[in-house]
Amino acid sequence: MNNSKSLDWRVIARFGLLGGIIAFYFSAIGMVETFGQRNLVSTWLSLGHVLLVMGSVGAGYLTARELKEKNTLTTIGSSLLAGLVSSVFMVLLIVFVQLLVIRTAGEEAAFVWRDMFVSMSPQLVAFLTFGAGPVTGTLIMVAFLTLMGGAGSLFVLLPTKLWQALLSSIIWTLGIGLFSENVGQIIQETFSRDIVKALFSNKSLNPLPAALIFIITFAVGYFRTHEKAKSGWVNLPQTAQKQGRIVGIVLGIAVLLYLPFIVGSFLSQALFMIGLYVMMGLGLNIVVGYAGLLDLGYVAFFAFGAYVMGILTSTGPLGVSNLNFWTALPIATLAGIIWGVVLGFPVLRMRGDYLAIVTLGFGEIIRIMATSNWLAPFEGGPQGVLHIPNPEFFGFIMNTPQSMYYLVIAGSLLAAFVTIRLRDSRLGRQWMAMREDEDVAEAMGINLVQTKLLAFAIGAAFSAMSGAIFAARLGNIFPHSFNLLWSINALALIIVGGLGSIPGVIVGALILVGLPEILREFAEYRLLMYGLLLIIMMLVKPEGFIPEPTRKRELKAGIDDQIPGAGTFGELES
Amino acid sequence: MLKQFFERLSWVDVFLRLFQILIIAAIIIGIFNTIKADSYSSEQWATLVFAGLAQGSIYALIALGYTLVYGILLMINFAHGEVYMGGAFTAVFLAQYLANTGFLERHPVLAIIALILLAAGVSTGIALLLERVAYRPLRGAPRLVPLITAIGASFALQYTFRGLYGAEFRSYPEIPSLRVNVNVFGFQVPLVQLVVLFAAITLMLALYLWVERTKMGKAMRAVSEDKDVARLMGIDIDKVIVSTFAVGGALAGAAGVFNGLFRPQGVYFFMGFFPGLKAFTAAVLGGIGNVPGAMLGGLFLGVIESLGPNLIVEGLGIPAANQLKDAFAFTMLVLILIIRPQGIFGERLAEKKA
Repeated sequence: MNNSKSLDWRVIARFGLLGGIIAFYFSAIGMVETFGQRNLVSTWLSLGHVLLVMGSVGAGYLTARELKEKNTLTTIGSSLLAGLVSSVFMVLLIVFVQLLVIRTAGEEAAFVWRDMFVSMSPQLVAFLTFGAGPVTGTLIMVAFLTLMGGAGSLFVLLPTKLWQALLSSIIWTLGIGLFSENVGQIIQETFSRDIVKALFSNKSLNPLPAALIFIITFAVGYFRTHEKAKSGWVNLPQTAQKQGRIVGIVLGIAVLLYLPFIVGSFLSQALFMIGLYVMMGLGLNIVVGYAGLLDLGYVAFFAFGAYVMGILTSTGPLGVSNLNFWTALPIATLAGIIWGVVLGFPVLRMRGDYLAIVTLGFGEIIRIMATSNWLAPFEGGPQGVLHIPNPEFFGFIMNTPQSMYYLVIAGSLLAAFVTIRLRDSRLGRQWMAMREDEDVAEAMGINLVQTKLLAFAIGAAFSAMSGAIFAARLGNIFPHSFNLLWSINALALIIVGGLGSIPGVIVGALILVGLPEILREFAEYRLLMYGLLLIIMMLVKPEGFIPEPTRKRELKAGIDDQIPGAGTFGELES
Repeated sequence: MLKQFFERLSWVDVFLRLFQILIIAAIIIGIFNTIKADSYSSEQWATLVFAGLAQGSIYALIALGYTLVYGILLMINFAHGEVYMGGAFTAVFLAQYLANTGFLERHPVLAIIALILLAAGVSTGIALLLERVAYRPLRGAPRLVPLITAIGASFALQYTFRGLYGAEFRSYPEIPSLRVNVNVFGFQVPLVQLVVLFAAITLMLALYLWVERTKMGKAMRAVSEDKDVARLMGIDIDKVIVSTFAVGGALAGAAGVFNGLFRPQGVYFFMGFFPGLKAFTAAVLGGIGNVPGAMLGGLFLGVIESLGPNLIVEGLGIPAANQLKDAFAFTMLVLILIIRPQGIFGERLAEKKA
């Protein structure tokens, strides 16, 4: 088998089938078709195509990586074959739809396939066959996927510098095509509308600018200007680095403050949501990241803050005091702290999974109670609290996303400040000791009750504060909007960013909140991608994108120490 | 003596004890008031009990999946509710087909068996895929990691099925021969509830025998006692884990069909979430990791959930008690974990971790 000329069929079949299954999966659940309606470059490259070829390119890449010691021609050939194998499933899909869905359309039958597999539609086949009829189209598709498999081998065979530049230019071009509206908006605000018209038509990049962007980003990637800048930075003396960092922070804050002016109200709303989640995430980060208490009912505090704000300031029939926003905000935060202690108390003796499920139960209990008629005289039941006024700032009514954005930025900065100060304090070290081992921490004289309750209370405070701001932004709040998803989102973003890491929270919020807010057209598949991202993240990079150093070490040690398969989850039994 | 006692007493324990007493007092007062008010007839109570038992047997079947996996891997398979959903959601199409051809009417027993086989097959497939893709690579990782993967898998599965079968509700067809009422101890009970209850109990007995009598069951118990020693005794741990997931998945699939048979609301992609949580509650009630405990816990939870709003909540003078039904199950969970974390029937957990 080591003959460098012969083909390794097992490798080809394994990766080819894997790639084929991925492409089949995305097609069968309707993602390819939905994404296919979104053009990236002119009308001939859509997001659906990108999704479709991912499996084949991946198959080609993995095959080539496995077989790279063989000669170049064999490797390319193997990758092409892997691409060919990956198209088998798609051919089956086309045959299936052609025979069982399109042929039988309109007939009376006891079983209608289209009824079951709602996404396997004639439109999907039309997309997969490039609109060229079933037979020719299938052949085109097979050839296309085979070529894409071959293209996957390029990422192995080309010199590192070249393929990295290629990858970055592909990502840049597709990215600009995908975010065309937002990029267009920013260009329009800063430069002029004519440039936007020249770049994009109908949300997708025009061919010429696309080629230009591709070439420019390729050249930049190839000549690597940014790496030189970095190595120059490292050579600077310590004091200069420190000064540079301060300048960087000031510049960063200035950009943050100026951002809403250039991005328009749609993106400002997205920025508002990101800021809100950063605030929540920083709070949850204290509970989960520092104190190690897995809380899945974080929305309970968020909802509580929103309701306190609503009831205190509403001008509707449920409002009790008509306080203004600035008086109600600290009250809501304080109420959140108390609520955090109240809900934290019963779970003081619980650990790990049980804690997670019970807090999840709390979140649900509170949502169900808020929806029921029992409490309706106080908080409106299913009708919710209406007519919550927007905050007023020295006579200026903050009713736009831009103005509210400044509010959440202030809140997030406060949260970040508190988190940083607490992390390095005695309390922060107590939290981390407790996270490592509760029993040892207690033996070292840490008061577990106080430490845990403080974590819950401070986490709840930020959640309640963001809930209050959310209520003031929306004006009306309804119990069914405070569902489990808030908790899951907040948890997912701190995990994806890196548990315990503050920049991680921001990165997590940008990816998990910002992207879905911007890509509203694919809202249907938002949670699917979330789920897949969480799984992939845990498999590939469990410490998150920007890990906290200690946690990274722990995770590494945790996996390395294990004899494969034996004593799994061992630490739990001790 | 007394001084020592007070020195050891922590105020947290005092408060938790007070909290327990308060809750138990509320429950007793609620029951007492309801019985005194006498607003429901014994037929109505019997209806609630039987509906609760049928629902509870479904919880029990799902709970077994949680408990088996927890017993072996010490992890909560958060996505188990989706395993149940996948089977139920797939089998509904077969059920509609069988109803359209009239097979369901002519051979209801055969049809139900076919449905169960299909649903159990699909659910088993999902459970095995889940184990292979999401859990097996993470076996050595800290325990937070597989829990998060499980949450991710839960969402991924929900929306995969949404994409595959659509977002609408699909109803299981009613089986005409099951629509009659039967007389049990002088009460009229819908036959379908009894069928579900007996079928579920049969499956549970089969599982119990499988765990207690077969070689694989023995291996499974050995692995849950001590993985390392079990491996030294020549047990293939991977094989045991895979068969655990498979059995749990099959039971969940069967539960999905039973659910479809007696609840007309229909199935959809999010249907697995709440039953999953409640089944987890049931598993905790029975003492997680304990097979008979999960069965009894499920039945107990079903009955409590069915009776609770009318029996307890109404007695406390809270209006619209039935709206709080779902909250009731979660409150039960919280209470059990506070009062008796090892579960009503369980002792094992207390040794492992409490």
